[in-house]
Amino acid sequence: MRLFKKKSTEILEGDLTPMIDMTFQLIAFFMLLINFSEVDRADEILLPSSVLAVPPEVRPDYQIILNLEPNGVVVFEGQKNGIDLLNPLLSRQVDAAAREGIRDPGDIAVIIRSHEDTPTGVVQELMAKCQESELQSFSLRVKNQK
Amino acid sequence: MKMSVSEPEEIKINMTAMIDIVFQLLVFFIMTFKVVAMEGDFNIKMPLASESADSLDEELPDLITVRLEAGENGNISSIIVDDSETLREATMFPDLTNIVEERLAAEGNPEQNSETEVEFDIDYNLKYSYTVKAIGAVSGRALPDGKVKPLIKKVKFKDVAN
Repeated sequence: MRLFKKKSTEILEGDLTPMIDMTFQLIAFFMLLINFSEVDRADEILLPSSVLAVPPEVRPDYQIILNLEPNGVVVFEGQKNGIDLLNPLLSRQVDAAAREGIRDPGDIAVIIRSHEDTPTGVVQELMAKCQESELQSFSLRVKNQK
Repeated sequence: MKMSVSEPEEIKINMTAMIDIVFQLLVFFIMTFKVVAMEGDFNIKMPLASESADSLDEELPDLITVRLEAGENGNISSIIVDDSETLREATMFPDLTNIVEERLAAEGNPEQNSETEVEFDIDYNLKYSYTVKAIGAVSGRALPDGKVKPLIKKVKFKDVAN
């Protein structure tokens, strides 16, 4: 009489193909959504919110994004500067725009991302400083509540 | 003569290393993923002083002046429209929208209101959030169905160049 069945010694291998497919799809999803324009943003700036602000339909041909902290410090391309020291940076941007074919500084879009507690006078000082470099088109960026 | 028949062997690729890397990539992207809030713009055109002087001969658009006065700690205390109407209550922003809407309706066809301009005269210390609220109040009215009725399209600040 045989008491024990002979045990199978084969290794069980699950089919990993669907899992790998799914994982690659997830990676593709996150790669597409990753935001490389974070350099233009300053995380510490809390934008005011509004229902009525219009999300820009088309990206301007040339834009300058200025982040303004409540203490009047401007964060531009990751560097912090006082408003008084902006002239050389803005002039460089105007020159760069001219090299890209935008001769009129009035066509350069200046996007101001200001903290909600910043005194409005400081925002106006920043706009006046931009006007010294002949920049005229301003967009006040706010958080859209929709 | 005896011929040996070789059985086809199944070639197995070791996937472990690739799966390890793929999972590490996945974890990296999940950790660095940040949901970005949607943002919108209020456009303001601020022509240079010399250009403003050149355009004096042109017909001036209808102008509504709105003064925003700051109280303690940079909070808003009152809104004065055209140096005549003063708004102080908690409903000052909806009231401002009503005044602008009435003004546009009184001026004729509301569809052709794009030429009317609002000039803001704002206290230095007023918090920027109140300025944005005021610009929003003159720019349009949010309707209950989620749509926006546009009002003023041209907004400027007073004496920004000085």
